[in-house]
Amino acid sequence: MIERLAERVNGDERLVYRGRFVDTTFLIGVGDESWLVRIRDGRIDEVRKGPFVMPRWTFALRASADSWRTFWSPTPPPGFHDLFAMIRFGRLAVEGDMHPFMANLFYFKGVLGALRSPA
Amino acid sequence: MSAPVFEPVVGRYLRVDLLGKPHRLYVEEAGEGVPLLCLHTAGSDSRQWRAVMNDPGILSRFRVIAFDLPRHGKSSPPAGWHQELEYRLTSRDYADIILGVADALGLDQPVVMGCSIGGRIVLHLALDHPDRFGAVIGLQSGGHVAPYYDTQWLYRPDVHGEVSAAVVSGLIGPAATDENRWETLWHYMQGGPGIFKGDLYFYKVDGDIRGRLSEIDTARCPVHLLTGEYDYSCTPDDTRAAAASIRGAEAVIMPGIGHFPMSEDPEGFLAHLRPVLDRILTERRS
Repeated sequence: MIERLAERVNGDERLVYRGRFVDTTFLIGVGDESWLVRIRDGRIDEVRKGPFVMPRWTFALRASADSWRTFWSPTPPPGFHDLFAMIRFGRLAVEGDMHPFMANLFYFKGVLGALRSPA
Repeated sequence: MSAPVFEPVVGRYLRVDLLGKPHRLYVEEAGEGVPLLCLHTAGSDSRQWRAVMNDPGILSRFRVIAFDLPRHGKSSPPAGWHQELEYRLTSRDYADIILGVADALGLDQPVVMGCSIGGRIVLHLALDHPDRFGAVIGLQSGGHVAPYYDTQWLYRPDVHGEVSAAVVSGLIGPAATDENRWETLWHYMQGGPGIFKGDLYFYKVDGDIRGRLSEIDTARCPVHLLTGEYDYSCTPDDTRAAAASIRGAEAVIMPGIGHFPMSEDPEGFLAHLRPVLDRILTERRS
């Protein structure tokens, strides 16, 4: 699932353009599992699955496997349809240095939304 | 040569003193009849009401009026704004602005309809000025909203103001077309620096009216509440809780719709609004 992120994001020209100034590594936590996502100039360079020894990342997005599954479903119900909706109801935790995340919020909503299955 | 295609909406600038300072306020209106004063959401402007302002069934019975709050849309801040540290909307200032505009326009018992911060202030108006308004309609209206993110991100030089649109993008429901979704977000992208954050001071801090909702007398000022299902800012539960506290108020939950009903899904919203307007007119006559 997460492994498909590079293909989905890099195949979306407008999304890559929106993130053209993004150069960072962030962590996606799905329950007990985690992935490090390396972004360079808006393109996903690498998606690496944990477990990690002393991982480095600027910010982490962590939610339960159930919450992410619902978020990535074709037509998520209210409360699961947006990253901020998940934050609002305590389902998604954002940790670390949030500056790249907030400064490029449309981009990161697009990146995480890229894993949503088509309706 | 074909004739120009104008909407029935006319925009003008109103010279009015608000909060002790002269203002040049942008006001749009359309239609004839009972005044229906419309209040936009935090960080946006009166373009959100474009569908209400173009609906023949409403315009034949209502004089629909929408204005841009100072600093929003085409209403510039008052002179001297550059000397302030930061803009913050308070409950008192917000109510004074609305009363000042209603007075300047000579509106008699207007119906006032607001969304989000507008949906909150209409509760304040119904409570504190029940005899000034014929009825209030609160969209995405609740007694308070608990902060769920740090609003500092909305106003700092190292984060583009476009973040305001990105923060609210998920508040739009799935019923919205791409055209209306991105029109709604464009208004946020155009907001001046710090205005969304300043409006949220009212929404999240100063405007908390939870403890006073039960004092609203709907016999003096009827209260109608409509909230979109996908709103996670003012949730359907928040609106139901407000309705439960206000005797005589009813909550309508609008499926598929989010935080900006009139702008994100105009047709869907109008279907819910029309019965409310019909009822207001019937009650007004009796």
